[in-house]
Amino acid sequence: MLHRHFSRKGRRLLALAALGVGLLVAGCGPQYVVLHPVGPVGRQELSLMEFAAIAMAAVILIVFVLFGTAVVRFRDYKGNKNPYRPDFHDHRLLETLWIIVPAVILAIIAVPTVKTTYALAKLPAHTDPVTIDVTSLDWKWLFQYPNQKVATVNYAVIPTGKPVLFELTADSPMNTFWVPQLGGMEYTMPGRVLPLWLQANKAGVYWGHSGQFSGVGFEKMFFHVKAVTPTAFQRWASHTHATAAPMTMADYHRLLHFTVVGKQTYASYPKDTFPSVTHGFSLSGGMYLLVRNNPNRG
Amino acid sequence: MPSFVPYLIHTLFPPDTRQPTELGADFMILVSGAGIFFYLQHFKKWKWLWTEWLTTVDHKKIAVLYLVSAVAMLFRGGVDALMLRTNLALPNIQPIGAVEYNEVFTTHGTIMIFFMAMPFIFALFNAVVPLMIGSRDVAFPRLNAVSFWLFAFGALLLNISFVIGGSPNAGWTGYPPLTEIAFNPGPGESYYFMSLLIAGIGTTITGINFLVTIIRMRAPGMTLMRMPMFIWTTLCTAALIIFAFPPLTVALGLSLLDRTFGSSFFTLAHGGMPMMYVNLFWLFGHPEVYIVVLPAFGVFSEVVSTFSGKRLFGYTAMALSTVAIMFLAYGTWVHHFFTMGAGPSVNAFFGLSTMLIAIPTGIKIFNWIFTMWGGRIRMTVAMLYQLAFIPTFVIGGATGIMLAVIPADYQFHNSYFLVAHFHNVLIGGTLFGLMSGLYYWWPKMFGYKLNERQGTWAFWCFAIGFWVTFTPQYLLGLEGMTRRMYTYPLGFGWHELNVISTIGAFIMGAGFLILVYNIYYSLRFQDKDLTGDPWDGRTLEWALPSPVPEYNFARIPVVNDLDAFWVMKQQGVTLASSLRAEDVRELELPRNSGMPFILGLGFFIGGFGMVFEWWPIAIFGGLIVVGSLVFSAFDYNDRKHMPAEVIRQTEAGLGRLQA
Amino acid sequence: MSTPVVGESQHQIPLEFANEEESLKITGFWMFLMTDMIIFASLFAVFAVYRSRVAAGPTPDQLFHLGPVILETLLLLTSSFTIGMAVYYMRKDNLAAVYGWFIATIVLGAGFVITEVHDFVTYVHLGATWHVSGFLSGFFVLVGTHGSHVTFGIMWALTLLFQLRRRGLTDITRRKLFTFSLYWHFLDIVWVFIFTFVYLYGKF
Repeated sequence: MLHRHFSRKGRRLLALAALGVGLLVAGCGPQYVVLHPVGPVGRQELSLMEFAAIAMAAVILIVFVLFGTAVVRFRDYKGNKNPYRPDFHDHRLLETLWIIVPAVILAIIAVPTVKTTYALAKLPAHTDPVTIDVTSLDWKWLFQYPNQKVATVNYAVIPTGKPVLFELTADSPMNTFWVPQLGGMEYTMPGRVLPLWLQANKAGVYWGHSGQFSGVGFEKMFFHVKAVTPTAFQRWASHTHATAAPMTMADYHRLLHFTVVGKQTYASYPKDTFPSVTHGFSLSGGMYLLVRNNPNRG
Repeated sequence: MPSFVPYLIHTLFPPDTRQPTELGADFMILVSGAGIFFYLQHFKKWKWLWTEWLTTVDHKKIAVLYLVSAVAMLFRGGVDALMLRTNLALPNIQPIGAVEYNEVFTTHGTIMIFFMAMPFIFALFNAVVPLMIGSRDVAFPRLNAVSFWLFAFGALLLNISFVIGGSPNAGWTGYPPLTEIAFNPGPGESYYFMSLLIAGIGTTITGINFLVTIIRMRAPGMTLMRMPMFIWTTLCTAALIIFAFPPLTVALGLSLLDRTFGSSFFTLAHGGMPMMYVNLFWLFGHPEVYIVVLPAFGVFSEVVSTFSGKRLFGYTAMALSTVAIMFLAYGTWVHHFFTMGAGPSVNAFFGLSTMLIAIPTGIKIFNWIFTMWGGRIRMTVAMLYQLAFIPTFVIGGATGIMLAVIPADYQFHNSYFLVAHFHNVLIGGTLFGLMSGLYYWWPKMFGYKLNERQGTWAFWCFAIGFWVTFTPQYLLGLEGMTRRMYTYPLGFGWHELNVISTIGAFIMGAGFLILVYNIYYSLRFQDKDLTGDPWDGRTLEWALPSPVPEYNFARIPVVNDLDAFWVMKQQGVTLASSLRAEDVRELELPRNSGMPFILGLGFFIGGFGMVFEWWPIAIFGGLIVVGSLVFSAFDYNDRKHMPAEVIRQTEAGLGRLQA
Repeated sequence: MSTPVVGESQHQIPLEFANEEESLKITGFWMFLMTDMIIFASLFAVFAVYRSRVAAGPTPDQLFHLGPVILETLLLLTSSFTIGMAVYYMRKDNLAAVYGWFIATIVLGAGFVITEVHDFVTYVHLGATWHVSGFLSGFFVLVGTHGSHVTFGIMWALTLLFQLRRRGLTDITRRKLFTFSLYWHFLDIVWVFIFTFVYLYGKF
């Protein structure tokens, strides 16, 4: 009975703490993009962050109370009445306690961590994702739509309410692809293609930036992801495919190195630009298969 | 021939190195160089410099050399940091442009880790490890000097890059393909690889040296479980160095081969694989984190025990957790790149192993707190750093756990949250530890205390400045600001926090100035410490006079317990009160040698030639290296005798010889 | 220098360990070998990853010819035996025999290096330089690092030969000869791994 009561009280405390952190998070202004996710990936990552933050706050609290007490009580001043015990240098129970308590707290964090890690690694079942091939170039982002056949530079359009599979590679030094409000980042690397799925449940324009330094134009590697309704997305894709100019190989080579450009739109793009073979590397095995076996590719 | 001079000027001083900051640095170097030259010339100090310092093999003097270089490098790295923070204070202001900013953040990181933290740690190792274990020297005194000169010339090579040829500019981690010749044609990255290679060899030798010293040269009676905690951490650090630096050497070497000799390891073309570098680098890089933090843990263990007037709480657990950290350090390197697509199973493994490290670290934190519990805490500067360290490091550790939560790391990675975290542990852990050690062991190294009042001021500047600088950076990470941007547009709401952070950085800068003044003032005005034991210490180094005579111990002590000197004092039989003339024997000490300096110089010349691919110079440097080694092989005259009478006189002069 | 302990303890401690100072150096040398071992381990790991990254260049199977490699193996393994004999006679204080076996070791080592360089030159003439592919980069650096270790070892052995001639067998030269033999055996073991994992595994 006592035990149940205690555990209910504990749960209530936890709920209260979660509420507190939630309020704090909501209280932070809209510029705290990581705290204001608009899709399931970002939201799951945020809730784990909050969970870990609460657990860590508990640890910090315990340590600070002990530490503060020790410093206040045992300072060396005249007339300190607290006992001076130079022989107090071992205590089996205490020492066991501070192995077990942190271990338990870590285990509590570890379980949802591992679960979410596996969950986020694959696309949600029974969905029909939109695939976008992303190549980081010096110093711009190239987005290619293998199904819609269109290409854009420094901005992407995605449908709301649907998972979007970004296939990331680089034809340049490494970068990371990060749209904070949609979810976490992933590296773009030459010679490899890494999958990352994100989803926006709310229409809007979300900014992204590279997180891995890539040279003198790195600061300019901002891009925008515009989330629109699925019908608007289809309309945009077919309209672009019909009206914009096609990307030629010469266009691609112009994009390749050491320039900063604005937003660009192309009706189509030449084959072999994703993953690019400009530098003559060959892709084989490993991570690449993970993406190439994706049945959703056109 | 006439075209030779313009070629030289263009290669050594390309337009990038003719900016105002570089010219300012040129000027500073010329002025201070000329100043030093005229000082040495005027006071006829050249011979003194050569015989007392450049050729010394005495671990105590080498400690001073390391310390001076570390403080100089702290200045350079700190000025870099202030330049970075100034550039970021407000959006779109650019006191220094992108090109220079990229060079400065690269040298800031490289210098702070390799040329500030490492030599600072080695300064403490050299200053006290042989004394603490009751030994007359390290195992290989001449190699010890070799280590220092390799470090010093490596540091020199990196530092001249700013004014000659251009600095590296791809971050302290130097990820390819950005460091490949196709994307980074100047000499900068070659400087980076070459200087770290040279310094890295020196570091590896230091690791070997201290490992052998501690394993083989402890005083009789000092069993493993009677070693002071600083010795435990030194032992584990040395072991970490031995296993961690070779992969770095390989990573740097392969990059250099790619750049200079056209191999295809990390290139985009020809089946190169940049991620291999990332793996090799962090296979070194993560243990490196513990290489720089474990010695700080050791310092804190000594300091907290001394200034609480208590034996270290849970000694056995402390020793074992140090060893546990040493082993676990090798199992976590992938957490530096969870977002490189290693797959959920690999990521989960490394996430969990990272969390596991928190347990031994937590044990240490609690043991330090309980060492204070029931003690009498004296608020010296060394202890203040310890007291600031515990809360700071706990928060740094907590954010570290948050980064180990893999899905959360996808949002934190390479953002300012990460920047704040590692500064939190590196400043709150390593730098505070080194400062604590500096104030604690300064009287042992130089024979007088640093002024405590000024030290307290410097401490508060560092502690407050630290929090003002880095708390906003955690929040900036949540606002989506990524690291290494040289400026940022208005409209993200980033500027307020950046201003605060910059103010904090300048508070820390003020702390550094006070520290330098503190050293200068104490050098001139502090009273000499005649006891050799100004803090009421517990370990063997305090049993010796300050500064310690060349031979360390006139008679090697016998150790019966942990805190050997404390026990001696309790029993009333210290080294000073029990040494009789007949105990003193003739000693053999290592003889000074110019070989280490020449060897380092050879590496420097060879490295410089490699950087600019001027092969005659590179080969000349190589020949100096080979020549020094051959000379050393035939040099059997590496010891000198110290007659017993000299030792007796020295000890009697210190009032330590019983009639 | 304290003289080595003679008498009964001689049966327990090999001569080269008898002097405390020199015995420390042997411990240090073991530590150095450990760091070198990790260098080779890293290079092996690099090679294992790059083995299949042949780009437009030859595969291991197309490139390697086992003939010279087996010759190299024989030379190096034999030299490991001869240095072992040198250390054996060093403990017996038989300087003349030490000379003989030591010089044999140097000659065999030189034969190894010459064969390996010849082999490399052949590859380069076929157009298989390390520029061509990741595999060739990994191969040349791994095997080349070993080869340069052997070359360095030969130079070291030559200086040691001069020291033996000038000073005979003392505490110091004994220790130096012993550490050299450790180094040489170590290179031999590394070569066994290279032979197996690089050449044999590449060929079959």
